[in-house]
Amino acid sequence: MTDQTLSASRLNIRNLPVWLWSFLGALLVWVLSFTIAGQGAEGMLVAALSFSVFTVMVGLGQMFVITLGPGNVDLSIPATIGLASAVAMKVMDGQNGLILWGLLAALVCGILIGGFNYLLIRLLRIPPIVATLSSSFIIQSVGISYGRGLQIKPPAALSDFTFSRFLGVPVLAIATIALSIVASVVLHRTIYGRTVLATGQNMRAARFAGLSVERTRLLTYVLSGALAALCGALLAGFSGGSSLSMGREYLLSSIAVVVLGGTSVAGGRANVPGLWGGALFLFMISTLLNTAGFGSGLRDVFTGVIIVAAIAITGTRQPLR
Amino acid sequence: MTTQAVHSGRAQNLASSSRQRLLRGALPAVSLVIVLAAIWYFNPRAISYFGLNLMLNLAIPVALATIAQMCVMATNELDLSIGAFVGFVACVTATYMPQEPLLAVLMLGGGVLVYMLAAVVIHLRNVPSIVVTLGLSFFWAGLAVLIRPIPGGAAPGFLRDLMSFQPPLIPMPVLLAVLIAGTVHLILMRSSYGAVLRGVGGNARAVHRAGWSILKAKVAMFALASVFGILAGMTLVGVSSSADANMATGYTLLSIAGAVIGGAEFVGGRISPIGAVIGALVLQLASSALNFFQVPFLPGGRIPQEWQVGAQGMFLILILAARVLISKAEK
Amino acid sequence: MTAPTGTAIELSGVSRSFGAVRALSDVNLLIAEGQCLGLVGHNGAGKSTLMHVLAGTLRPDQGRIAVGGEQHDRISVHLAQKLGLRCVFQELSLCPNLTVAENTRILHPSIKGLGWRQKAGKLISAMLDRIFPGHDIASDTVVSDLSIGRRQMVEIARAFTVSEGVLRLVILDEPTSSLDATTARQLLEFVREEVRTGVSCILISHMLGEILDYSDQISVMKNGQLVAFGPVAQFTRERLVDLMSGGEHPDRAARERSIRSLADAPVAVRAQEGGQGLPFVARKGEVIGLAGLSGHGQTEFLVRVFEAARARRADVTVAGDVSFVAGDRQADGIFPLWSIANNVAVGSLPALRNGLLLSGSKERELSSRWGRIMGIKAPSLDDEILSLSGGNQQKALFARALSTSSAVVLMDDPMRGVDIGTKLEVYDIIAEQAAGGRTFLWYTTEFEELEYCDRVYVFQNGRIVGELQGQDITEAGVIGSSFKDKDAA
Repeated sequence: MTDQTLSASRLNIRNLPVWLWSFLGALLVWVLSFTIAGQGAEGMLVAALSFSVFTVMVGLGQMFVITLGPGNVDLSIPATIGLASAVAMKVMDGQNGLILWGLLAALVCGILIGGFNYLLIRLLRIPPIVATLSSSFIIQSVGISYGRGLQIKPPAALSDFTFSRFLGVPVLAIATIALSIVASVVLHRTIYGRTVLATGQNMRAARFAGLSVERTRLLTYVLSGALAALCGALLAGFSGGSSLSMGREYLLSSIAVVVLGGTSVAGGRANVPGLWGGALFLFMISTLLNTAGFGSGLRDVFTGVIIVAAIAITGTRQPLR
Repeated sequence: MTTQAVHSGRAQNLASSSRQRLLRGALPAVSLVIVLAAIWYFNPRAISYFGLNLMLNLAIPVALATIAQMCVMATNELDLSIGAFVGFVACVTATYMPQEPLLAVLMLGGGVLVYMLAAVVIHLRNVPSIVVTLGLSFFWAGLAVLIRPIPGGAAPGFLRDLMSFQPPLIPMPVLLAVLIAGTVHLILMRSSYGAVLRGVGGNARAVHRAGWSILKAKVAMFALASVFGILAGMTLVGVSSSADANMATGYTLLSIAGAVIGGAEFVGGRISPIGAVIGALVLQLASSALNFFQVPFLPGGRIPQEWQVGAQGMFLILILAARVLISKAEK
Repeated sequence: MTAPTGTAIELSGVSRSFGAVRALSDVNLLIAEGQCLGLVGHNGAGKSTLMHVLAGTLRPDQGRIAVGGEQHDRISVHLAQKLGLRCVFQELSLCPNLTVAENTRILHPSIKGLGWRQKAGKLISAMLDRIFPGHDIASDTVVSDLSIGRRQMVEIARAFTVSEGVLRLVILDEPTSSLDATTARQLLEFVREEVRTGVSCILISHMLGEILDYSDQISVMKNGQLVAFGPVAQFTRERLVDLMSGGEHPDRAARERSIRSLADAPVAVRAQEGGQGLPFVARKGEVIGLAGLSGHGQTEFLVRVFEAARARRADVTVAGDVSFVAGDRQADGIFPLWSIANNVAVGSLPALRNGLLLSGSKERELSSRWGRIMGIKAPSLDDEILSLSGGNQQKALFARALSTSSAVVLMDDPMRGVDIGTKLEVYDIIAEQAAGGRTFLWYTTEFEELEYCDRVYVFQNGRIVGELQGQDITEAGVIGSSFKDKDAA
């Protein structure tokens, strides 16, 4: 009965520019930084792009998961990043010839974790949030005992690749933009993507429409695990080695960029370009606070407040009947 | 309109559903007995006044955090910020409470307000609590780091005295656990407004139609949660006598696990304060017990320290699996 | 208590719209003190909306409501409680996690302090004893442990309990739907007794016999309007049916069509019932009706057939693909964020691919073709699905199911709340499609629709208890089968 009233509120333009805001916000902070704080405009943009790559990569996986509908979220991303980076470094063993094998091993690791998450959700019938939270604790333990005393440098070629530029733009950023375009096509122009969007709007209806809801859920959690693992391996190359706490900041930032980017946390509506806006915005903010001399504590406080504010703005009021 | 068909289609068998509830209700007690038996088997001396005192010294903060989580779960929400919040409270307590108690109380009162505000945002804007509380977890963690950039501080005298008090016969943690469980049981399960609060999780629409404010009830539950979170942080400082911003990050999972072991469900407003406290004790004992277990094929015959976190995760999964098995067996 | 002569509640010019749909238009209604008003009307006639306005859960767009002489623009839930307006909704309003006594307390803010449980328990037990003598419900039972029928008994009894203030009006929406014959009679007798004390009652029921036997006044609603109002003596069963349908009877010609001989056609669906139920067979090209009282396992049966077509099941075999037309559009059918075209095409995605990717032009082609066939009335198929009226949304769901290549179409009471014009159009399309070799399994709560079926299976308590064919498909035949077991017992 409330259908028509809902549609009226959806036509409201307020819902349109949410992901644009994130770009505008990023732009504003960027301008602020080099006008007031005296940062190099170009250097800051390149740095923002280089770091955003990793946030966007895990953000893509998180976005697909969140789009599956209420309660779907992958909290095992940080632990997966930590474990996969350790696996990648160990397999690569600092040798350029083993880079592909290392990446492959990390991916397999991420895929297994995604599958395990789905298995918990399906078999134990528990909310994904609890499933991925408890699996993240197990992955952490595996990571600690596997990576104990691991001090392997990444292969030189991998590090070089993560820093290389093409016409001044980080190659990794170009690759990730390409990945985002692929993700966007997958989301809107494949049966898998349509199923994700349909499931997020109404899981029962998706089943009755003949869509393979369960296979899609499995694929989505696997995708999220795989992207987190890929991110972990590349991040290890970027930061000169793996560490278990490396993924920690990606728990919130992966969700933050999804929310800031205009993807609906209630599911069913996703936005790929917004991920970039959100990632750039978060990076710019934290750089600005850094240059202004604020420590990590205040940065966290700010990020937290921004997330809550963004989510509060994008939410909708649904009256009880 | 159509729910009628759904309802009558799912006509339930009276006997089977109440038996299932009983079995699930017994799960916390049964797991407590199993863990105690396992400890006794590996180390009989541990089951004594001092042994229990030692093993359970961190159980009280965990139990209080679990109660806080349970209050939020009763409204069909989840609090992912409780660990960070307990850490924040601990930092405030250890840093300001001994010298500037008024400032400390003001800050903790602010914590309650933020929790209430979170409930308002979650309810009025109809947004998932997961994201809001995840954002708040960074808020609290950031504040904690600002207050205590490096570990330190001191426990106020009264907290140290309380937590190290040794009553005759019954170990203090056990006494406090019974006290907490009883008090919360009275507030939520036996009071007349408690019924309304729990009703919100069961059928918010029905409570709304009876003329109650859902918003007020949710705010009350979140406020209650923050009060127990504050008590958790304070008792934690009482036990460890100093604070560090990251000292309670694990409490988020522990509290969810404890509440779940204690019979709380993620939707439907089904909670059990007594169960939740038992759940927290079970978790605490289980991780202490890991130190006693002799595993022949492991180096040193002991389960390594780094597996403690993983063991808690697995324990939660096991309990959830047991619950699924119970409901399957009943079908 | 004042003498039962005055006006308890008066609605004047009350209107309420949902988007383009006028759920209530200019309703004037008078409920006298100490009287029982019978309210009848088809699904979607506006009865529930009217009830929600009185209960304070919906705000009317226009109109005034006078309660006990006091004028109100709208009634909030809080005010409704204060004024003594109670409602027993069809979807139950009990908290399943609380006990019977605790649920009673939720309705009575005045019951608090020490001993509130005992007070609430006594209150509800006394009322249960009065309405349903011989019931076996203890006040400390958790509601989720009660059967549906007992929950309904608790809910009804709770609505009549008084702790402070007055009880002015109790609205009962299909109160007997989950009650057995004995308790239903107990309730209706009690209602008669209660109105004698000055309380007013609105009784909403599809059982016209109940309305005629137990009301003082009757009002009939249709398309959001009050089409008749008067003392019970003015009405007969036939007149009520005429008023509700507005004289627009569905095309009776359907009944006269030649009974097709499909006995030799290949089997499309076969289900073996566990227990004593009859076996189910549907042949290619047949339209099979699933009848019986609502909620007796028909939807579950359809879901089972649906699942069997996707994953092998021992008890059900299905030849070919199936598609599903949901009746509860919001819960089972509509994707609210999508356009009409997206909503139609989602059923046929595999056929819309060009290589790996979905083709936009194929999607447009398919949805506009089926939009035309179904006669979906919309400026553009790229408009949001929610911009459509309920009937057109339902057409989009039919288009989704029929545009697939599926051999069997399952319909879960799909015409709920759909206007008669749309219905007649869709009936024709179903007949056409069946002639083309499609099999339809059609659960319906509206008897007239069974007349479009070749055969009908009657469900009771999840089992098939009867099979009717051709000329035997009559209302009496279906009712006879539905109650067969009860008579025997």
